[in-house]
Amino acid sequence: MILKNKDVLGLEELSAEEILGVLEIASRFRAVFDRPVRSVPIMRGRTVVNFFHEPSTRTRISFELAEKRLSADIVNFSTATSSFSKGETLRDTAENLAAMKIDMLIIRHSSPGAAHYLAKVLECSVINAGDGAHEHPTQGLLDIMTMQQRFGDLRGKKVTIIGDIAHSRVARSNIWGLNKLGAEVTLCGPPTMVPGGLARLGVNIEFDLKKAVAGADVLNVLRIQLERHSSKSFPSNREYHRMYGITEDVVRTLKPEAIVMHPGPMNRDVEISSEVADGPRQVILDQVANGVAVRMALIYLLSGGDPGALGVGQD
Amino acid sequence: MEWSWQRIPSEFLVTGVKLCRQGKLGKRKGFLHVRKGRIEGLGIGTPTVEGIPALDGDGLVCGPGFVDLHAHFREPGHEEKETVATGSRAAAAGGYTSVVTMPNTDPAIDNTGMIRYLIDRGKEAGLCRIHPTGAVSPGRDGQGMTEFGDMVNAGAVGFTDDGSPIASGGLMSNALKYADVLGVPIITHAEDRSIVGKGCMHSGYWSARLGMAGMARAGEDAAVFRDIELAKAAGAHLHVAHVSTKGAVEIIRRAKNEGLRVTAEATPHHFSLDHSRCRDYSPLFKVNPPLREPDDVNAVADGLADGTLDCIATDHAPHTVTEKEHQFDQAPFGVVGLETALGVGITYLVNTGVMDMGQLVQCMSETPARIFNLPGGRLEEGAEADFVLFDPACQWVVDADGFQSRSRNSAYLGETLTGRVSATFRGGRLTWRDGG
Ligand SMILES: [Zn+2]
Repeated sequence: MILKNKDVLGLEELSAEEILGVLEIASRFRAVFDRPVRSVPIMRGRTVVNFFHEPSTRTRISFELAEKRLSADIVNFSTATSSFSKGETLRDTAENLAAMKIDMLIIRHSSPGAAHYLAKVLECSVINAGDGAHEHPTQGLLDIMTMQQRFGDLRGKKVTIIGDIAHSRVARSNIWGLNKLGAEVTLCGPPTMVPGGLARLGVNIEFDLKKAVAGADVLNVLRIQLERHSSKSFPSNREYHRMYGITEDVVRTLKPEAIVMHPGPMNRDVEISSEVADGPRQVILDQVANGVAVRMALIYLLSGGDPGALGVGQD
Repeated sequence: MEWSWQRIPSEFLVTGVKLCRQGKLGKRKGFLHVRKGRIEGLGIGTPTVEGIPALDGDGLVCGPGFVDLHAHFREPGHEEKETVATGSRAAAAGGYTSVVTMPNTDPAIDNTGMIRYLIDRGKEAGLCRIHPTGAVSPGRDGQGMTEFGDMVNAGAVGFTDDGSPIASGGLMSNALKYADVLGVPIITHAEDRSIVGKGCMHSGYWSARLGMAGMARAGEDAAVFRDIELAKAAGAHLHVAHVSTKGAVEIIRRAKNEGLRVTAEATPHHFSLDHSRCRDYSPLFKVNPPLREPDDVNAVADGLADGTLDCIATDHAPHTVTEKEHQFDQAPFGVVGLETALGVGITYLVNTGVMDMGQLVQCMSETPARIFNLPGGRLEEGAEADFVLFDPACQWVVDADGFQSRSRNSAYLGETLTGRVSATFRGGRLTWRDGG
């Protein structure tokens, strides 16, 4: 068994061994993408519910694609299009889902801990597709997979996460996963966006971008949620770009093999300049492709898929 | 003559009890003599009077009935959470004989009629003395002042917009001055919302780790500081509700050393639980002010022990099961506390050596009654026969099914507490008997 639990709620709950196991399966799926027939019928006749309580186009499409390639039956709920709405408690939602006898639940929710709650009360497997600012484990895994593709073993590698750490589930999942794999994580952003409390998780906090990126192997640049911050956490987009934006000037100071990542969607010329976003250091489209592979791997493993059938452990 | 729980006579004795009064727990057993609702006599050993029915207290502690300066009974408006009747029953079960209610009902308690209504509902329930506070501003909107004078005449014992802070320092200053002439305090829910923002738990390691919006200590400290300065300028009595930070304890300590008329309370949850309890996202640990860090918890306990914080108040805040089933960030703030306060006090303050039993009982009865000028809360000749009998060593597991409160949102569910109320008397009448 590569995964010990029935759910994937966060990288906090996964061991290094589990993370590496999932990524190995993901890389097998990734290899299938280049073949003419890209689907594997492992999930035929099984129902996966994508329950998105918060708008998210990218993550939902990526999950759907992963499910389709595994031949699952897919049901999509989002708050805008279903009766699962505001007045209902998550317990009501859970009871409805339980009654429907589904096989797997993918949940995106604005409240931290929502996936954990559903996992506790439901018998089916639950994959957290983002719970508030807490965790986004599939994003964390796809980020790590992308780093691995460049660097192999991540022990001792320096990863700098830049941006609105306070509100970022991507940051938290990266921190848990990278720490477990022995990478050295530095958080950087305006002091209004980097909670000091995170230092206790074993990360460096550095407010000066130049210092934060010096010697880094990976820059993971977070999306600034303009609508959330425009008036409070930083003075202006212009100043943010000047102080924390990843521009050609910043990239020039990096090691030659260093890469630039972004979970998307990008605010061009705010947290990342267009030159960098389209430049040779970025691996953003690899991240997108890896996202589908990682999600396929998790769904496959949680549904009892046999790693051996994919040739894992045989060579 | 034999005692009967079913028919309490107007004159009776409680014998074989350890009297706990004026900060001291008697070492030897003594007695209490009650006559026509008042304490006729009390002392060590056995009474000399004869022919009066007596209950053998069997080593129980007998203290003044507890006095809670901070409870939310939700009536009118949210009777599904609690009413004056169910809240009174919960209070009696917790050993309380007097309760100061908060005015953040729907509509708010902001006029004489509402004050009278609550007092009447309290009398109908007949279990404890209900002392309402009035809102500082009409509708608790933070704009002007309510008719303090009229409400004090009707029985209001203080004013507060509790549940919300008073954002305007000008209004707070006026309220303090105006209330002081009427002989009542302003109770501050000290929170600077421009600092605290949309936070739902203490701002620190756990909020950062869980991805929750945090409530910084500075939001409480700054508000306590402001209100103390305003009270100092006005020469008025300020009462600080539910102190939760080490900073606020220190600010209050300094004010008291300066001789200012500042009093303060702490809740059982703030001297017993820290923010790590939120780790599993249970809204049962979502309170305002939030559960803070271990050094805050210790500072609050030490503040109670050295008198910086005068008393224990429950901030009993009932919510329905459904409301507390929402996700942590969506659920309302608050926990019930009347029925667990004594057990939490003994478990976390007495048994840990922070204070002795005499001091704990004083923090829950005599002192709160004194600082708010309330009747009851005293175990002495001629006083109202408001008293509690409790077993200081009884261990019990907190179970919401046993609650008298209409709500179940306790932060101690499943926890073993030491110390349990056996019986409560208000004005010589039995208002609660455990297992009865
Ligand atoms: Zn309050």
